[in-house]
Amino acid sequence: MSNLLYLLCAYIVFWALTFVLVFSIWVRQRRLEREIAALQARLEEVGRGKGVASER
Amino acid sequence: MREPGQDRLGIALTGLSAVVLFVALGMAFLYAPREATMGDVQRIFYFHVASAWVGFFAFFVTFLAGVGYLARGERQWDILALSSVEIGLTFIAMTVVTGSLWARPVWGTYWTWEPRLTISAVQLLIYIAYGMLRAAIDGPRRKARFAAVYGIVAFVTVPLSWFAIRWWRTIHPDILTGGGGMAITSRMVHTLLVSLAAFTLLYASLLRQRVRLERATDALARLRARIETT
Repeated sequence: MSNLLYLLCAYIVFWALTFVLVFSIWVRQRRLEREIAALQARLEEVGRGKGVASER
Repeated sequence: MREPGQDRLGIALTGLSAVVLFVALGMAFLYAPREATMGDVQRIFYFHVASAWVGFFAFFVTFLAGVGYLARGERQWDILALSSVEIGLTFIAMTVVTGSLWARPVWGTYWTWEPRLTISAVQLLIYIAYGMLRAAIDGPRRKARFAAVYGIVAFVTVPLSWFAIRWWRTIHPDILTGGGGMAITSRMVHTLLVSLAAFTLLYASLLRQRVRLERATDALARLRARIETT
């Protein structure tokens, strides 16, 4: 393997690992945001349901 | 109006770190001269040293956060410690792999059990075990307390790694003294300094996002608890 190929591999490793870290944080963040939104919607639904029941 | 979850400072920090990172990359290939003995493969050095710096700094932040948690017992210190370990591990792994790729053409081998490399390998394993320890302990407070103590003790690998090339006989280059057969010019120093700045900004940006992620995990747990009691 030539010297330039080692150099190329090293920089590919750097970008790949940075990408993996950024992507894993992004994926986990998106999943959590979706779950939080779904739970908040469920809480609001429960709150509305209680409000309707108390009006009756 | 600001949307929920929008982080302007985070976006600015990410943008800035990306710009400085590309400047550092450009300098490593276009501004820094070709090293006389090693040739082009020496250009690995700029990102290799910068990633090692970030790894060490991340573990130092974990050390400080561990002290903070033991002193105050606040969750935010535990979040900071955990987030910093994850980033530090990625950068130390990067340092080890890029170092091996540099060593093959220069030393004739990908790996040798000399002090700096050995300590780096042990350090990597110690911080992987930090995550395993957290996963193995029940109870958030107990987990945070054990992790804080572990993070403080594990930090000993950082000064050990730093001084390994000064205390023991080693073939690893020393960039401060120019030992190890590397001739450093002023352009190389400029490139290294810009790389260090770029990686530090990248660390700050990643840490901010990772801390936000952990806070979102906590928010989710609180919402779940509210639903269970509703």
